Amino acid sequence: MTLIEKYPQEVKQILARYPQDQKRSAVMPLLYLAQRENGFVHRRDMKDIGAMLDITETDVASLVGFYSLYHDEPAGRLRIQVCTDLSCALRGADDFLAALCESLGVEPGGTTPDGLVTVEPVMCLAACDKAPLFQVQTGAGLEYHERMTIEKTLEWIESRKEAAS
Amino acid sequence: MTHILLRHRDIPDLDKLAVYEKQGGFKALKKVVTGMRPEAVTQLVMDSGLRGRGGAGFPTGRKWMFVDKNNWPHYVVVNADESEPGTFKDREILESNPLQFLEGVAIAAFAVEAHTAYIYLRGEFWPIAAELDKRIAAMEKAGYLGKRVFGTDYTLKVHTHLGAGAYICGEETALLESLEGKRGQPRIRPPFPPVSGLYGKPTVVNNVETLTNLPPIINNGADWYKSLGTADTVGVKIFCLSGRVRKPGNYELPFGITFRELIYEHGGGIIDGVPIKAIMAAGASSALILADDQTLDTPLDYGSVHRLGAELGSASVIVLDETVRLDWLIDKTMTFFKHESCGKCTPCRDGSFWMKHLTERIRDGNGSAEDVKLLDSVARQMQGKCLCALGEFSTQAVVSSIEKFPGDFGIKRKVSAS
Amino acid sequence: MTDRVTLTIDGKQVTVPAGMLVVDAAKKVAVHIPIFCYHPKLGSAAMCRQCLVEVGRPIIDHATGHPELEDGFPRIQFSAKLETACTTLVSEGMVVLTQSERARKGQKEVLEFLLTSHPLDCPICDKGGECPLQNLTMAHGPGKSRFLFDEKHHAEKQVPLGELIFLDRERCIQCGRCVRFQENVAGEPVIGFYQRGRSMDIVSFSEPGFDSVFSGNTTDICPVGALTTADFRFGARPWELMAAASICSQCAVGCNTTLNTRREARSDGQIVVKRVMPRQNEQVNELWICDKGRFAGYHYTERDDRLLKPQVRRDDKFRSVSWDAAFLQAAEKLQDAEKPVFLVSGRLSNEDLFNLLQLADGLGAETLLYTNMGGGDLTGMVGLTSGSNLADLGLGDVILVVASDLQEEAPLWWLRIKQAAERGAMLIVVNPRETKLEKHADYVVRYAYGDEIKTIQDMNKATHKIHKVFAKAANAVIFYGSEGLGLEGSSGLAGACTSLLVDTGHYARPNNGLVGVWQRANDQGAWELGFRPVKDLQVIFDKSEVVYIVGADPVGDGAVRLKKRKPFMIVQELLSTDTVGHADLVLPARAFTEREGTYTSGERRVQRFYQAVPPRGESRPDYEIVAEIAARLDTALEREPGLVMDQLAEHIPAFGGISYLKVSEVVEQWPVINRSELFYGGAVYENTQGLGMQLRPAPVTSFPVSKGKGGLRPKEGLLLAVPVNKLYDQGLTVLSAPLLRERIGELKVCMNPDEADRLGFENGARLRIGLNGNNAKALLVVDPTVPSGILLVPRSMGLPIFEAGMPVLSKVRKKVTG
Ligand SMILES: Cc1cc2nc3c(=O)[nH]c(=O)nc-3n(C[C@H](O)[C@H](O)[C@H](O)COP(=O)(O)O)c2cc1C
Ligand code: SF4
Ligand code: FES
Repeated sequence: MTLIEKYPQEVKQILARYPQDQKRSAVMPLLYLAQRENGFVHRRDMKDIGAMLDITETDVASLVGFYSLYHDEPAGRLRIQVCTDLSCALRGADDFLAALCESLGVEPGGTTPDGLVTVEPVMCLAACDKAPLFQVQTGAGLEYHERMTIEKTLEWIESRKEAAS
Repeated sequence: MTHILLRHRDIPDLDKLAVYEKQGGFKALKKVVTGMRPEAVTQLVMDSGLRGRGGAGFPTGRKWMFVDKNNWPHYVVVNADESEPGTFKDREILESNPLQFLEGVAIAAFAVEAHTAYIYLRGEFWPIAAELDKRIAAMEKAGYLGKRVFGTDYTLKVHTHLGAGAYICGEETALLESLEGKRGQPRIRPPFPPVSGLYGKPTVVNNVETLTNLPPIINNGADWYKSLGTADTVGVKIFCLSGRVRKPGNYELPFGITFRELIYEHGGGIIDGVPIKAIMAAGASSALILADDQTLDTPLDYGSVHRLGAELGSASVIVLDETVRLDWLIDKTMTFFKHESCGKCTPCRDGSFWMKHLTERIRDGNGSAEDVKLLDSVARQMQGKCLCALGEFSTQAVVSSIEKFPGDFGIKRKVSAS
Repeated sequence: MTDRVTLTIDGKQVTVPAGMLVVDAAKKVAVHIPIFCYHPKLGSAAMCRQCLVEVGRPIIDHATGHPELEDGFPRIQFSAKLETACTTLVSEGMVVLTQSERARKGQKEVLEFLLTSHPLDCPICDKGGECPLQNLTMAHGPGKSRFLFDEKHHAEKQVPLGELIFLDRERCIQCGRCVRFQENVAGEPVIGFYQRGRSMDIVSFSEPGFDSVFSGNTTDICPVGALTTADFRFGARPWELMAAASICSQCAVGCNTTLNTRREARSDGQIVVKRVMPRQNEQVNELWICDKGRFAGYHYTERDDRLLKPQVRRDDKFRSVSWDAAFLQAAEKLQDAEKPVFLVSGRLSNEDLFNLLQLADGLGAETLLYTNMGGGDLTGMVGLTSGSNLADLGLGDVILVVASDLQEEAPLWWLRIKQAAERGAMLIVVNPRETKLEKHADYVVRYAYGDEIKTIQDMNKATHKIHKVFAKAANAVIFYGSEGLGLEGSSGLAGACTSLLVDTGHYARPNNGLVGVWQRANDQGAWELGFRPVKDLQVIFDKSEVVYIVGADPVGDGAVRLKKRKPFMIVQELLSTDTVGHADLVLPARAFTEREGTYTSGERRVQRFYQAVPPRGESRPDYEIVAEIAARLDTALEREPGLVMDQLAEHIPAFGGISYLKVSEVVEQWPVINRSELFYGGAVYENTQGLGMQLRPAPVTSFPVSKGKGGLRPKEGLLLAVPVNKLYDQGLTVLSAPLLRERIGELKVCMNPDEADRLGFENGARLRIGLNGNNAKALLVVDPTVPSGILLVPRSMGLPIFEAGMPVLSKVRKKVTG
């Protein structure tokens, strides 16, 4: 199914935000829409978006490549992104990431064998006063988890596991 | 003290339309739309001395005056990309005092005769954008936005637009490229956005905090605003305090309070009472300031910080204490800048790549004195050659650390932070 | 403010138009500021930062508004930072230093940054020898690297972006020239950057990869060896190559090229063509050529089945004979025949055609042009004339394109018309189905097949919007093609177009007139010399005693069917075509790469090509073969092409004043392309051998009234097969280029989805198509842009659809399974 068949309402709303002769502006919101289902942008959706906006598939792909919140490959269903940037690192974020990876048995950037969780470091998330923190990116959106501990994090992952099963 | 920008801290539920209205909300917008000419609004903002809070500190009224009146339509684009490490003020405004911000957006749009405004938020602000969308809809319903604002002929549509993880999109021309659906890479300037911005049309790009200042300025007048702060820099500022302090967070204070007041009175001093070592006043892009008594007593305004050999920028104050080794620190900043270099220009793209190799080697204790010298020389070699300020930013911490804290680079041994 | 500005660059004073960039102004006084990302045709990107220079400006006294003086000279304030010459506009009194210590230091430092990521594989790099980065490094680069070799950026080295262009990711310096070329010049952004920062990488997501007919040009402007063509990679080193000026023989645009040649063991020590490069001609192809010209340009001349010796048919077998015997037999046969017929094509040069004309005159022979497109009599009268340049068209001018898919038929015209539209020229595209040009059009007019002539006639009514547009326009040019039309239809269309131009006053002056989108390089020349097509070739073949066929394959194209009684056929050819197979006397001709000559382009520009390689076998140039035959008939014809041209110019009024000397003249072109540096324009060749010369307008005062009718219309229950021209087809000139096989693919026919539904066919179905007694298998492409009732059949793709007059009504027979 094409994007517009799947989300006719959303596509219409997105296109309505930009001048009619500047459809291309809609490419980023449409990419989020395409990413919703699987947490990454599929090639056929890139083609689809290109056709919708009158730009080439290569143009669309080059945006997926540029922006770090778009992914061109699948990862765990929960993409846990720990901020290890300067301010957070000054408050123990590097240790937090290392400990979390150890408890989950993955390397930074890796995914748990059950395919549920991917853990990766990211750049500053504009919540530097609330370290350690991470954001979780799922297809459906983003949420922040601030002032975290390993225990709290593992508990939360457990709860999501239950929810999933 | 009562807040001007972070008013939600004094007034519960200020993000609710009814509460905001009751607290004098939209009075400024009404005054502007129903009773003032656009030029008069611009003049008033000019007179208030308000300068941009996004980092560059450009006088806001003056920017609006550059808007080309022979090229239409005009746009207002809000810079809510907030991605500088150590900066988290716009987020608090957007989350907790969104209506004052949106009122500010509308005032700016009216002043430059724009009928469309886009709020460009960093992608991570996805939930915030969803909330803003609801508030925009509510304001439209109440007649504060949309068609016939306050029953006048003035129409204003406000839309949110999400970025997707690129620090460079905070740079205003890269932001505009991104908003046009392209890779977020800076444009050649001139022309500047007020002459040719979004879709080649005159565009005002302002920071969230800048715009949130507008309703109180309209309500209380230019003189009132000028009475706050110092002669060098008027008004109030949200200082983002982070790093090795006990109480990190946002502090809204008039310009001119000292580093000492900010860090020790408001921030509760250093964790575990360790001595302070250095300060970065503008996030990861800062030159390091040696935190001696003279520094601590320096008032926080643009001019004074500049005289310390640094910049106040967006006032994202990162505090470093004696536990922090600077070879580690610059490797952190270079990790960031290498990751965020957009790749458009050679010195930044290849310079940050080279610098990161060196900082890593030095941090891991595998560097030599020659490597430190080379690092310094590579950083200086980048300066003055890049297309946008990001490249320049990336060199600041490196050059200043080596210059002011040579001791941190002399010894070869394994080191880590905290 | 004046519109000219005087400044000083490295002590040299230069006066240039205001609004010019410093880098270009410097070029004017032969100061070569090093650049990688800037390109005079692509504009500023300010990415590479290689062009850093010191810029000083006079200090203006605010009181007087005049520069402050010091010892009588303006006081100059130099900016604190170096400036990029590619973004800085010239201003009055500016002082630019490109070689000062500070400027040189800045340039060296940027170069060092570039080299940190660049591999050290010059010895095996195809660009070695014509690489700006290599040259600049030799000149200014650091002797030793301060960067650890182990830490260099490593990436994949041979990435096909498609089957034509390869990318070496490591060598790419991210200048973005290729991406900007595709986006801004070619208008086909099918390559782009992926990732960002140092990981930034060129990718193509199109299918097929790098799907653009202009892709090869990116390898010329790539300032390093990152992009290379599949045909030249590892083929030779640039410094071993010889260069011969040539003209592309693939279409009527007449792109100027350089054939690079080399002696080669693989070819038995012969000198062979190694690659086709564009040669600058700002009036024709600027710095570009299309991929067909580049990748198929000469390959057909190197086929194994080239004819190498004269041959005669005896007892139904070919036997080689001496040239002498061949000439004699040809002369005798021609002389003995009652009314011999000469059938020639626009593949021949002006010189060949002129000698043929002379010979025919002496014999009283009939001269026929082999083509299925008419109207050349009119383009000779109202075509473009001397002083025309599509680059001059812009705001206030109008261009109309009718019945042609220009990107497929004449890519460079497509490009230049698109650019004219971008400069503000009004572009009107009139076609029965969607074409790529429409994206750039101001008006798109869609008509049903069959209505082409009427459509243009209607436009010429005084009340019609388009008539008014033409009447108001400063200049107007019409390009007409033959989509859906045969000889008669296209003649009629040309007539209708001529009326529109004449009635609105757009002829007989520069930048106005009618251009035929011919299929061959010299069709226009053949028309100018008086060759005319005939409606029914079959009749000719049925009744004539002797037919002398030069450069045409009527048998292979299905234009004639040979019956039991057939004429004596003298066939002069390069390759063993079907027509050659039935010949009685075969005369092997030389390819354009092996001889000299001129072509007259569709814009009526006479351009000269030179010999690049030695001839194959005993082949001889066409003009010379003709002269030899004539000599056997006691007619003396010139055998030197330059002298033939002198004769031609004397006899044919439109050619008046044209000579080899004239067409070989060059004036300085902008941008200045200079192979001594290579960073400014790319590896493109400068033009030192001539810009050509346009024909004069024919002195005509009255024009024939257009009378032809349009093409056929679809009929209920039947499909109308419409021949269309494809850039890449199975014609010998393209098919001989191995590299293009994949792009040519198989025979694909297109129809409307409703039509397919009605017939019960699905997209991708394999069909058997019957057409005029010929059958072929084809792949069905369901395409909503095809009008209903229509089956698009590409020409020269295995299903003969040469129509001597009209398209053919046909029935799609059955589905072929498996
Ligand atoms: C690399 C870079 C990043 C920037 N990031 C931000 C940002 O996140 N938010 C912001 O408001 N301004 C940012 N700026 C500054 C903007 O370019 C611009 O000056 C500002 O949005 C103007 O608004 P103001 O005048 O209200 O400050 C950045 C500039 C640079 C060079
Ligand atoms: S300095 Fe250059 S590479 Fe770096 S972010 Fe700016 S434009 Fe991009
Ligand atoms: S920056 Fe000027 S040529 Fe590249």
